[in-house]
Amino acid sequence: MNEKQTAKPAIVAEPLLPAAEEAVALLKSMQLIRAFEEQVRRLFAGGLVPGLVHLCAGQEAVATGVCAVLRRSDWIASNHRGHGHCLAKGMPVDRMMAEIMGRRSGIGMGRSGSLHLFDAANGNLGTNGIVGGGIPLATGAALSAKRAGRGDVAVCFFGDGALNQGLLFEVMNMAAVWRLPVLFVCENNGYGEFTAIDDVTAGGPPTGRGAVFDIPSEAVDGMDVLAVREATLRAVARGRRGDGPSFLVCTTYRYGGHHVGDRQDYKDAEEARAWRAKDPILRLAARLQGAGVAGADRIAAWQAEAEAIVAAAAEAAKAASEPAAEDLARAVYA
Amino acid sequence: MPEPPILDYRAAVLAALAGEMRRDPAVILLGEDVGAAGGVFLQTAGLLGEFGAERVIDTPISESGAFGIAVGAAMTGQRPVFEVMFGDFMTLVMDQLVNQAAKVHYMSAGQFSVPLVLRTAVGIGASLGPQHSQSLHAWAAHIPGLKVVMPSTPWDAKGLMAAAIRDDNPVVFFEDRMLYTRKGPVPEGELVIPIGLAEVKRPGTDVTIIALSRMVQVALDAAEALAAEGIAAEVVDPRSLLPLDLPTLVASVKKTSRAVVVDGGYRQYGVTGEIAAALTEEAFDWLDAPVLRVGAADVPIPFNRSLEALVLPDARQLAGIVAKLVRGLP
Repeated sequence: MNEKQTAKPAIVAEPLLPAAEEAVALLKSMQLIRAFEEQVRRLFAGGLVPGLVHLCAGQEAVATGVCAVLRRSDWIASNHRGHGHCLAKGMPVDRMMAEIMGRRSGIGMGRSGSLHLFDAANGNLGTNGIVGGGIPLATGAALSAKRAGRGDVAVCFFGDGALNQGLLFEVMNMAAVWRLPVLFVCENNGYGEFTAIDDVTAGGPPTGRGAVFDIPSEAVDGMDVLAVREATLRAVARGRRGDGPSFLVCTTYRYGGHHVGDRQDYKDAEEARAWRAKDPILRLAARLQGAGVAGADRIAAWQAEAEAIVAAAAEAAKAASEPAAEDLARAVYA
Repeated sequence: MPEPPILDYRAAVLAALAGEMRRDPAVILLGEDVGAAGGVFLQTAGLLGEFGAERVIDTPISESGAFGIAVGAAMTGQRPVFEVMFGDFMTLVMDQLVNQAAKVHYMSAGQFSVPLVLRTAVGIGASLGPQHSQSLHAWAAHIPGLKVVMPSTPWDAKGLMAAAIRDDNPVVFFEDRMLYTRKGPVPEGELVIPIGLAEVKRPGTDVTIIALSRMVQVALDAAEALAAEGIAAEVVDPRSLLPLDLPTLVASVKKTSRAVVVDGGYRQYGVTGEIAAALTEEAFDWLDAPVLRVGAADVPIPFNRSLEALVLPDARQLAGIVAKLVRGLP
């Protein structure tokens, strides 16, 4: 990808490391997401994940940095590359893994899969199979939150592919007019499916697309969880105090293809290497070590812990049964 | 019991909306011109004044986004009534209706529901032309997860709107705009008619006319004309397409042995074909003749009045079709 659509973060001081406990939680969250995605990749290769699956390895800082600021009663709506968002918002690992593998113990009864992971208990309006589909859902949740008056906010996550859906602009306009507490989070990973964003997108940095609606819009280094967290703190504070929507454009990178099995002929190796050098997990780990919060051993132990959690979830799911024939027509209607 | 007051169809729906909004603060109304303007057909007049701008929300002309917001609001505690000004504009909300609203309950294994009403005005007869006159209810009735309601009388309109608002599923509520000024008795106070119950609007023994929405009155007028010729036509109004009260329709056909299905939507791949096929499957041995389909001509609806009048049969033409069926097809 070239630089045209890559919003340049403003030159700001390196974000401050939060209190040790919170900083460690950020790292563990990203480690869990990475481990989860690697586990799913292996399961897919082993024929245990039906259909298509879209992984978010490389983008962990966005899901983690945003959701770290949210409370359980805040809402999120996710997209097709949504495992990170779901985990960061608290979806139980075992029920999520089982769902992706099509097991009845899954959070959607094994009928819905990776593209349709819902978690009402944790304020998750679902991953979504339609690019941009979750944007109005989150904004509708923001309408409910505004009516309820408890200061809750809603977040919608979408990729750069959704930047060219007209729906986004309809919804941004209404969110601004009605001053809804919604945070639009674009994860610009450079590619919409197999097409580089610059090849199909006119105009300057995407932040301009929020600015035309007078929505506070910020370019964020999406490979830095601390930067994402800080920008989210500002945006969520605006939403909670009734100052309306915000827009974050987080520049990040998709280590894998559009879906598992995508040959990625459209990427060059140098590009991928350059982005991996900015890896969000290694970056935070280095800061924790530098600040004396945790040493390499503890960091490695947390990584192993994350891998054990997802491995156990995979084993449990493998042993679980598939939905029964009588589940076919269950819950079509409320 | 005193005679119920006479209201027109528009006022009956409005009474249901106002009643439900008084009863449940989660009911909100969204759409183009629903607030300050009171609706392009005055079908929401006065609601803004009583309930305020927080609950009666004028949207920009952004059907897709605004309806999607209504779906999200429905998932999170509201009971939105969303107005699509013309039924033709349903095309603009189809992703949110079909891929989101209709499937959320199923996809979430019951964690979320979408208690929402999409109301829209349809139908020919006002020289509104090809993009403002269609009746696309068959599109909605094709989708599992939706309910589809199309009342024919003020009484039914009030009772079914109340039921639609109280339903925990997305309900698409089709109002034929040529019915808005039709008057009839409407009970005061609470009236809730369960969705999914057909009603025999006129009993008869010789032939069943199954008719929907505006075509119910056409069928009743045709039945009156047929009575003068010695043919006793039974008119049955399904009132909802999803769920469809097939047992009531089948019972009528088993009694009369003949059926004509009449609808304002297109005939090709339409509601009439679906109902005709179901009757054939369920009551084949009772039928003395093929089940006939009568729908809108399969053309873009013309603006020109004399051409538009050819799109659907009037009562006299329908009576002719029915009489021919009863006396034996040539």
